Amino acid sequence: MEPKKKILVTGAAGALAKKVIDKLKKDYKIVAVDFRTKVDLGIPVESYKVDFNKRLFEDIFREHHFDGIIHLGRISAQELNRFTRYNANVIGTRKLFDLARKYNVSKTLVMSTYFVYGASPYNPSLLDETTPLKASELTMDLVDSVELENLSTIYLYKHPELNITVLRPCNIAGPGVRNTFSMLLSEKRSPVLWGFSPLMQFIHIDDMRDAICTAFEKNIPGVYNVAPDDYIGFQDAIKAAGSSPIQIPSIPPRLTEAVAKFLNWKSFPVYLINYFKYPVIIDGSLFAKTFNFKPKKTLSDIFTYYKSLK
Amino acid sequence: MAKTKQNIISKIFNDNSIQDYVNVFPNRVGSQGFDAWGFNIKNMKNNMRLTKYMYEDFYKVETVGLENIPKEGRCLIIPNHSGQLPFDGMLVGYSLLTNPNGARAPKAMVERFLPTVPFIGNWLSSVGAVIGDPINCERMLDNEEAIIVFPEGVRGSNKLYKQRYQLQRFGSGFMHLAMKHNAPIIPAGIVGMEETIRSYADIKPLAKLLGMPVAPLVVPFIFPSKVFIYFGKPIYFKNDVHKESDIKDRVDTVKAAIDDLLQQGLARREEYQREQKEKNKKV
Repeated sequence: MEPKKKILVTGAAGALAKKVIDKLKKDYKIVAVDFRTKVDLGIPVESYKVDFNKRLFEDIFREHHFDGIIHLGRISAQELNRFTRYNANVIGTRKLFDLARKYNVSKTLVMSTYFVYGASPYNPSLLDETTPLKASELTMDLVDSVELENLSTIYLYKHPELNITVLRPCNIAGPGVRNTFSMLLSEKRSPVLWGFSPLMQFIHIDDMRDAICTAFEKNIPGVYNVAPDDYIGFQDAIKAAGSSPIQIPSIPPRLTEAVAKFLNWKSFPVYLINYFKYPVIIDGSLFAKTFNFKPKKTLSDIFTYYKSLK
Repeated sequence: MAKTKQNIISKIFNDNSIQDYVNVFPNRVGSQGFDAWGFNIKNMKNNMRLTKYMYEDFYKVETVGLENIPKEGRCLIIPNHSGQLPFDGMLVGYSLLTNPNGARAPKAMVERFLPTVPFIGNWLSSVGAVIGDPINCERMLDNEEAIIVFPEGVRGSNKLYKQRYQLQRFGSGFMHLAMKHNAPIIPAGIVGMEETIRSYADIKPLAKLLGMPVAPLVVPFIFPSKVFIYFGKPIYFKNDVHKESDIKDRVDTVKAAIDDLLQQGLARREEYQREQKEKNKKV
């Protein structure tokens, strides 16, 4: 019998990574790493707390001969300051890619976000993967996300042996997810901008897990949006999740920024104000077609879950 | 007065006849009733009740040439633009939706700044307005939708009252799209909207301050005015042009067709006004 292939999963403390590990551990030997904590994932998953930029990180590559990497570990803007985040997300990822080359890793999946497109009133709908990434034009707090993508794309074409697949999902939601918009769905009262209800897409965490596992296993390198072709206005989503909207003044924009700074809510960060105003609708058809992927959970399933929490 | 207002509101909100048209709404909406451009069935139903009142009772719209609208498949409806607010688009949309020859639920391309205006941006997209980006238009043509495009943009809708019925400069984007996607162009002339909201000046410093393309000085009143919409025969253009100057000639062809429809509409309005005067004399 052929020995199980070994894969490295980063960001292991996150809900999504845990689900991915749980699904893949039958068929692969998994080594999990996270910068925040050593996650106990039970036998047979080996787990490390590690900083990608420290030399010790290479020891993990020396010890385990990885066949593939699933890079889900990304520090969000809510977590650390801009400088530390850039070091971890961009410089750290470069280190990861260089080690992957050095130790002959043949499959690499990188998790990005739809935020990289930027929320602009001039966005057409159904942005495809060739659309320029304009998030850093709007806020310095998303520079690391855009740079991480650019870096991945450079390595994707310069080092085809790494077989890099970049996934740009829409809002991931469901049990355990702690991103901005999922946090808002789970709260009893959620801030919305007066007079704005941007169209949004949500994908259930279980479907995102399946998307990651399918993309990793099929190994068709490239950049892919991951989103269902189902949409809802943000204020309607908040109501459908059983939350009450708190109307924040939307004009003039400086007042909105001042209110966001004053409130200092994790779920209403200044750098995401435009995402509360303008839609960023992505076209997930390339991924759906390439990987024969269709989400199983509906928007109603997602909102029913959040409603049940209240 | 209060009773009349109540009667109008009650008429608008208790009108369930619009249910007959719901089946022509785009079938590409998802589980929550939204499509990818923010069109929303629930809002559209409510809006249709209001538009029906505007179309039938307030503007008493008379349409000519509805048989020229293709019953199915991609097409571009190209009217003149007027009236400061996008009511002309709503009336054209409603006439297509209630077309006895074959109902269509059209989309309308709108100014790019509109999504930045609270409430208005959301409301417009929920009733079928889409920002005027060629990528949006291309995708909708590929979906075989009927799309209303105003090539004059704000130059037309926000022109001064003294410029009424003078067609402003046309953008050429619609022609490129029509040729590339093999979509027929249906020219349309709208008469009557120019008189409803009258602008006497454009306060440019205020527009700059508000970040808007125009800040019209208007009489804050919607004047009642009978509206005439004339649809012309479909015009087809082959995708065989190599120079931008040839495109301009083709745009001018469409512009001339719209001008011709406007003249027909204006003549019909004069005739209508004469008929009304004679009727009043008899009474």
